[in-house]
This record gives sequence, structure tokens and C-alpha cells, in this order.
Amino acid sequence: MAVLKLEGITQEFGGLRALDSVSLEVEAGNIFGIIGPNGAGKTTLFNIITGIYTPTEGNLFFKDEMITNTSAYNIARLGVGRTFQNIRLFGKLSVLDNVKVGSYGITSSSFFSNLLGLPKAKREEKLVTEKSLELLELVGLVEVRHEYADSLAYGDQRRLEIARALALEPSLLLLDEPAAGMNSSEKLELMELINGIKEQFDLTILLVEHDMNLVMNICDLIAVLDYGKKIAEGNPVEVKSDEKVIMSYLGVEI
Amino acid sequence: MEGFLLQFIDAYYLRILVIIGINIILALGLNLITGVTGQLSMGHAGFMSIGAYTAAILTLQFGLSFGIALLGGAVMAGLFGFLIGIPTLRLEGDYLAMVTIGFGEIIRVFFLNFELGGKATGLYGMTKYTTFTTVWILVIIIVLLNAKLLKSRHGRALYAIRENEIAAEAAGVNTTLMKVLAFTIGAFLAGLAGGLYAHYMGYIAPKDFAFMKSIEILNMVVLGGMGSIPGSILGAFILTIAPEMLRIVDEYRLLFYGALLVILMIFRPNGLLGNVRIYDLKKRFRKKEV
Repeated sequence: MAVLKLEGITQEFGGLRALDSVSLEVEAGNIFGIIGPNGAGKTTLFNIITGIYTPTEGNLFFKDEMITNTSAYNIARLGVGRTFQNIRLFGKLSVLDNVKVGSYGITSSSFFSNLLGLPKAKREEKLVTEKSLELLELVGLVEVRHEYADSLAYGDQRRLEIARALALEPSLLLLDEPAAGMNSSEKLELMELINGIKEQFDLTILLVEHDMNLVMNICDLIAVLDYGKKIAEGNPVEVKSDEKVIMSYLGVEI
Repeated sequence: MEGFLLQFIDAYYLRILVIIGINIILALGLNLITGVTGQLSMGHAGFMSIGAYTAAILTLQFGLSFGIALLGGAVMAGLFGFLIGIPTLRLEGDYLAMVTIGFGEIIRVFFLNFELGGKATGLYGMTKYTTFTTVWILVIIIVLLNAKLLKSRHGRALYAIRENEIAAEAAGVNTTLMKVLAFTIGAFLAGLAGGLYAHYMGYIAPKDFAFMKSIEILNMVVLGGMGSIPGSILGAFILTIAPEMLRIVDEYRLLFYGALLVILMIFRPNGLLGNVRIYDLKKRFRKKEV
């Protein structure tokens, strides 16, 4: 089953065509990579999928439900979690609170039941705390749970973003350059983490990344964008040997 | 209660304590909007005046009981907060500040020309129902509910909006709705404070709620520490007491007041209690022990 389907997505910013009728289908349980040179439209694509932009043309579907005009917070509540290329943590909240905010979209206790401390609100709060701690355990940040998020090391911030996205219990997780700025041992850990959470939480993962080693290693399928157009799609082996991809992105060995 | 307290302190101090209480309610309301949610609002005195006039008219003209008039004033102010919040909270930062300044001025000019509100003369002759006890019981209730709110999922969502709106949205927070909610509650509290003020002074006029009053409330929040409940309380304390203490320097009073603000902001840019957590204090204490 296609978890995510994009049909002819075009996005224009003034005269600039950031995406030019891009169509994609992401099957459940896959790790789907999107690669391409800088400015190819990868992050724009993520912003469309998560509802930050409404595409100029085309439609998108999440589990057969049309979400072209759905607002960002509603798309999140449907089960689309994401991380950001330029880290967007809640800097002056504790690490634990960052993850707790992440579960906002799947909790439901009302404003007044929280204000009055009714049992339902208390139960939910307890559950949220327990689950958040488990997620911090998973990404190895449980010791620093009381620190401010902006005091964490860079790699830790990236992993906190993943924990926060998982708190939403998403079925589709979008990772925007998760390995950016990481050293090679951190990248190895990250690969393990991504494979691990995919199995544990039964996720479909969509991933933008520049690190070819990581992409080729963990992705089942890869789509290549260049100047807003999809120029290739296939498994890592196919993409690596595609002439257009080599020309525009991977580069030719001389 | 007042009689009991007056055995220990004189009426002047009791009066200051009442004003402090009213200012705490104002500061906590604005803290929710500006300190917690990060929406710079500079027209808080406008909401206060709506509450003050509504409550005063309800007791003077309609002979309603004080409690109902207070609630009426607060609800009216909250309603205005809601109505103004919907279109304006799409704006950010400086733009929102401009719009809220404009709103504060519109309200002031409206009351200057409002027949039922006595125009520039204002309203007088309100029975002084507001006592030390009413004010401080309300302060305690509001502080407790406010603390409860900020610890809940909704409170965390408000802080998240301040820290990063796009990330909050990605976590499923309806940011527009939450901002309007914060604005409405903040305006409601300002209206409540206005009703208390009107029935403490027994006299209100448009000049009581001018732009400088909004700035004074904002100062309390910033000085105390954005987003911190103890901070807002401390800010309200200091900025209510400071002008009184500075009476000794007479006409240089405002100069000292200004200098005090500048110095505090240089040494504590996050406010007195901004980003101060019990956890950090404990940690520092433990380190010293070792």
C-alpha cells in the first residue's frame, strides 16, 4: 500500500519553479531517499508534504486521504512526523519537555480537565512522561533530560529531534538531512538508529540526505531531484549507475 | 481582615499591597501572552480599561452585585481579546506590537468620547468593594490555575510556539488557536484587574489606562523574566514599590526608575527570574557541596 502519494506536484515562488510536476509513491515499510544538488527542491517537497506550503498544482495523498489543503498541524495529527534540516528544537525547554510537546498531536485531555487536574488529564500526563522517557532512552539522551535543549551538542540535538518526531507516533517519518554535521562514527550510530526505529515503530521513512554512503546503505528506493524535476527513481544500484544522476549530482570520475 | 492587618501596618502600606495584587494579575495575564507564548502585546491597559468601565457601569448604572460586575468586566475584556486576537495573531513580532499599540489607543480614545463612561471626566462614585482580601484571594487562585496550565500539555504548547512556531505546528499544535486562547485569557485577567481597580479607587478616567500603563505592565513581565510566574509576581512587586521608594528623590523619580530598568536589563537580560529553574539551583548547590 502506498502510504504517501504525490501527483504532479508543482510549487512556484513568484517566478521560480521550485518543483515541477513531481510524482512519487512511497510504499509502507520502505526507507525512501530523496537526493539531489542544493536547491533541487528537496526541502520544498518536505514542506509541501507536511502542509507548510500548499502546492501550486497537483495533489498529495496520505494513506488514500487527500491532504493537499490540509493544515500542517492536522497533517501531523494524521501521523506524519518530521525533523528539520536547520534544527528547530524548543531551545529554552528541557530535553524532556521537547519530547512531551512532540506528543501534543496524539493527546486529547481538554483545557479545563488540565486546569482542574481531573483524573483523565493526570493519567494522560503520566503516560506522556513515561513514553517520552522511553524515547529519550532509545536515542541515548535520558541522562540530560533536564537540560535545556539548546545546550546539547549538535549530534544530540539531531537525535532529540528524532525522539520528538517519534513522540507523535507517526506512521510516516520525514528526516531532513539527519546526518548533516555529524562525524563518521555518529553517522554509523544514526544509521543503526534509523533502521532500529523503523522496525520498532513499524515506520515508513522518507529521507533527504547528502551523505551518499548513508543513503545508498539504508534506502530501499531513491528518487533524484534536479532543478525541481524528478530525473530518476529506483533502488540504490540503479540510481548509482543512472547517467543523468551521475551528470547532475554524483559527478563523473575522470 | 483589613482591620486585623491595620493593627500591624498603616493604611499606606495596605494600599500598596492591594495595588501590587492588582498589578500581579495584570502581569500574569500579559506574561501568558508575551512571556510564555512570545506574542509581543503592547496594549494590555486597553483590556484593563474595558474591564474597569464595564464593571463600573454594571454596578453604577445597573446596580448589579460586585461579583457579577467583576465577572462581566473580565468576560467583556476576554471577548475583545478573542475578537482582536483572531485577525491580529497572524502577525508577528514588531507588526503585532504596532497593532496592539493601535488597539490600546483606540480604546482610550473611545472612552474619552463615551457618554456612558463620563467622557474625559471618567466615572466616579463607585462603591469601594475591592478589599485586600478579595484581591489576594483572587491572586492566589490565579497563580495556582496559571501554574497548572503551564505544566499541562496546553502550557507546553504555548511555550513551544514561543520557541519555534513551525516545529510546534509539526507536533500537531494548532498554533493560531493556542495564540488566540492565550490572548483571550490574558485579556480576561486584565479585565478582572480593571474591575478590581475601578472598585478600589472609586474613580476611573481614560488617562489611567494610557500607553504608559501598558508599558508598565510589559516592564513587570520583562523585568521579572519572560514566561516565569514567580518572575511576573516579583516584577509587579518591584515596579509597584520602586516609584514609592523613589519619592525621596522627588522630581528625579522617573529618572531613577528608568536607570533602574536599564541597569537590571544589562545585568539580567533574561529578567530577574528568567530561565531560573529549581533544578539548576539544586544542581549548583550539589556542585558546591562536592
